[in-house]
Amino acid sequence: MKKILFALAASAALTVASGALAADKYKACFIYVGSKTDGGWTQAHDIGRQMVDKELGDQVETAYVENVPEGPDAERALERFARSGCGIIFTTSFGFMDQTLAVAEKFPDVKFEHATGYKTAPNVTTYNSRFYEGRYIIGQIAGKMSKTGTAGYIASFPIPEVVMGINAFLLGARSVNPDFKLKVVWVNSWFDAGKEADAAKALIDQGVDILTQHTDSTGPMQVAEERGIKAFGQAFDQISAGPNAQLTAIEDTWGPYYVKEIKAAIDGTWKGGQSTWDGLKDGILTMAPYTNMPDDVKAMAEATEAKIKSGELHPFTGPVNKQDGTVWLKEGEVSDDGTLLGMNFYVEGVDDKLPQ
Amino acid sequence: MDMFQNILLTIATASTPLLIAAIGELVVERSGVLNLGVEGMMVIGAVCGFAAALMTGSPWIGVLAAIIAGMLLSLLFGFLAISLATNQVATGLSLTLLGIGLSGMIGENFVGQAGIRLPNLDIPVLTDIPMLGRLIFGQDPLFYISLALTAGVMWFLFKTRTGLTLRAIGDSHKSAHALGINVLKYRYLAVMFGGGCAGLAGAHLSLVYTPQWVENMTAGRGWIALALVVFASWRPWRVIGGAYLFGAVTIGQLHAQALGFGIPSQFLSSLPYVATIVVLVLISRNRRLTVMNTPASLAQPFVPDR
Amino acid sequence: MRLELIKRPQQSAFFSAVSPLFALLLTLIAGVIIFTLLGKPPLAALYTYFIEPLSEVWQLHELAIKAGPLIMIAVGLSVAYRSNNWNIGAEGQFIMGGIAGSLIPILVPGFQNFMTLPLMLIFGFAGGALYGAIPALLKTRFNTNEILTSLMLVYVAQLFLDWLARGVFRDPNGNNFPGSIRFPSAARLPEIDPAQGAAHWGFVLSIVAAVIVWAMMQYSLKGFEVKLLGESPRAGRFAGFSSARMVFFAFLLSGGLAGLAGISEVSGAIGQLRENISPGYGFTAIIVAFLGRLNPIGTIAAGLVLALTYLGGEGAQMSLGISDKVARVFQGLILFFVLGCDTLIHYRIRLVFGDPAAKTAAEG
Repeated sequence: MKKILFALAASAALTVASGALAADKYKACFIYVGSKTDGGWTQAHDIGRQMVDKELGDQVETAYVENVPEGPDAERALERFARSGCGIIFTTSFGFMDQTLAVAEKFPDVKFEHATGYKTAPNVTTYNSRFYEGRYIIGQIAGKMSKTGTAGYIASFPIPEVVMGINAFLLGARSVNPDFKLKVVWVNSWFDAGKEADAAKALIDQGVDILTQHTDSTGPMQVAEERGIKAFGQAFDQISAGPNAQLTAIEDTWGPYYVKEIKAAIDGTWKGGQSTWDGLKDGILTMAPYTNMPDDVKAMAEATEAKIKSGELHPFTGPVNKQDGTVWLKEGEVSDDGTLLGMNFYVEGVDDKLPQ
Repeated sequence: MDMFQNILLTIATASTPLLIAAIGELVVERSGVLNLGVEGMMVIGAVCGFAAALMTGSPWIGVLAAIIAGMLLSLLFGFLAISLATNQVATGLSLTLLGIGLSGMIGENFVGQAGIRLPNLDIPVLTDIPMLGRLIFGQDPLFYISLALTAGVMWFLFKTRTGLTLRAIGDSHKSAHALGINVLKYRYLAVMFGGGCAGLAGAHLSLVYTPQWVENMTAGRGWIALALVVFASWRPWRVIGGAYLFGAVTIGQLHAQALGFGIPSQFLSSLPYVATIVVLVLISRNRRLTVMNTPASLAQPFVPDR
Repeated sequence: MRLELIKRPQQSAFFSAVSPLFALLLTLIAGVIIFTLLGKPPLAALYTYFIEPLSEVWQLHELAIKAGPLIMIAVGLSVAYRSNNWNIGAEGQFIMGGIAGSLIPILVPGFQNFMTLPLMLIFGFAGGALYGAIPALLKTRFNTNEILTSLMLVYVAQLFLDWLARGVFRDPNGNNFPGSIRFPSAARLPEIDPAQGAAHWGFVLSIVAAVIVWAMMQYSLKGFEVKLLGESPRAGRFAGFSSARMVFFAFLLSGGLAGLAGISEVSGAIGQLRENISPGYGFTAIIVAFLGRLNPIGTIAAGLVLALTYLGGEGAQMSLGISDKVARVFQGLILFFVLGCDTLIHYRIRLVFGDPAAKTAAEG
């Protein structure tokens, strides 16, 4: 028995060793918080990784580990990657922030990129996407398309990213319909198709005729399709779930960024300590085709998209009041990125109370 | 008043998978077996049902596939827990791990694909009756099946000889064996029934509730189903009460949020669980009734001595 | 053909020792089959699974980090289950322990001295025990089934933690993201050997807890009471023991240990109170308790084995691209093999071919 085990181990060790010798490529590694086929956040990152495989396959080898719980498990996964010869490691969830920094300190020669965080180090860069730009556009579309003047927002957890999205959506809607109203339901999950669908039904029953979500499944889109109302896709083009319901979708497009950063890492031009926050103009998020809407609304959406890309329009431009009516941004004033990234207040008109 | 009917319909949809899975587990537990793998069997049912429906184009074949898949997985449990007399709690929990993993593997190619919905019942005239038409005559087929199943299980357990035998086994497998009853065979059949129901409940999720496949889409509903069996103190009609109470509070809290009361959503989200505890406390004070209905040999392996 | 179990007159010492090896052999065979089917090199996969995580010191530390909470919780659960009290809400008690212990560094961050950590651990134990006392109270006072109440309270605890970490306990300088302040070093369970790896003293606490509880079960009157009431409540009552008091004892002990594991995890491995502090330790520990045959010492081995399957699965993903789902399936199979092989300790297995129906079928 023992002998067999040893033989097994020895031969396995050999295979592993020879495998390592063969791989002379640069190694890029990814740590996912969810499953790479979750149909949402993590899948979008994995599609980005696959793009790296496709475009840089002859020089780069990618590896990933999925469903990593935030906390000590993440630290272990990171350390293992760092020790196994990864040149650059992408950590794709906010909750990996402190672990990324801790491991980065131990492995100064490995490059780290942390998604959506705010702490950097000489070998840690952060990257994020200005999703709010897309949310402003869909808000405008909702403002034009809604007959009841009320939209429903299915939200996951009250973090700045989500709060920022809600505000951008409402500002967009109010830019075309000043009386627009927004109902928010928190499902306390990123991912529960059934519960998201229930929330969608509850919102529709309370009179909203347009839905948007900051959760990952297509449950709400299917409900919208069934009930004959309109909705916006999240993370992906969800048109197959709502051929008559989807107006457009905010698509996460991480691939080009990954390719760019890994190339820089190989060339030696990669820089640590950066905080990248790209937007529509950089292609890190894209809008799915505008469908199921009249031409004038489509034209308006396209015009807004172009203005945001050119820098002519910033969704968070004053005058904007906070929910309690106090002034946040004066006429013409543009919010700084720091406030947006730590946003924990609603703008005027959101029909919900933010947990403090 | 359409809103009222819509809310009730939403509650019915949310409660149906809980009811189906729970009624299956109730039969299992009445036979003296505790299968904690409901979540695993349910999620396997969801993925197999979805995949079969997509590949054949027929949601009913999907339903069938889900039932069979749930049964197959339950047989694995049965082999260990019944034939090999392993610890039922640990075996059931392992089954859940296995089921979640296996469903993820099977479903990898089906993520993001548009599913097929099991069509709702539609009877001309009757379905269009205002206020109640759709509620009574226009729901998905599994809703009716869930009620029929509950009625059937009630009848089976309390009005048939076989049902009496099954309950006798659950109360004391030793005496049942002494009377010449094949305890293991009954338990196998009960476990398979439970597996089939869990699979069917999974099919409800992926073919009715939200016709799609996402990993882990059961999201803990199997555990709620298990809790509902206890809630019902092993009486079928109480499972309906429990499932609908749970569904109603779940949907109710979403409505409360949409109305913007400003109560932290975490507290509202925890209401269904708290409500279930409170109601159970209120109804389980009658000690005699509870003890009478609890299968005394629950979770105890049985090995026939020869 | 059918399978027949024949009870051994007494436990087989031989199979007690050999059954894990049997299970290992079956696991290896199953592993070779699965990995070959997936087109992965089976030997390399098995190596990454079972040997690589043990091949380096820092990885052993990681194993201890993962196994520590599982063992600590399972020790308490093994006593509860022995006494026939079905606490399946350890996950919730773990969380409440983590919260209670964190009260000190979060609410009085200035209190930093040699007393900070012991107080936190005591708070953690108390928090878990008190939360565990709820199902016990409901069971003794209102006759409410503890399986349901303890399970439901898990969800309540999770949501409560979520609310705290995103609301009142949020780090004021944390950019409004969830999570408390990072604990000062006086509030951190120190690492055992920082030069070698990240394992903290929580693992040692778990082993100590296992030994103490084992000794209690083995040598004290309380241990006898637990076993007697668990096996036969009637006999226990005749012996003058109180079932109701035992319910409380079981829940306070198992809840307390789960809470202690919770605060050890928070102050040792994590270093702050987050919106999510457990990847399901409280549920996994139920399996550990049974794998360890409800023996506190057994849970040590079982906890290490289960932790190894997590680490191995992770390694297989990283170096061989074997999906997380395969790892999960493999883990389930391992548990089945271990459980199935343990049957041999109590029973002899016989294949019976004499079934008349089978005979006619074979002849026809």
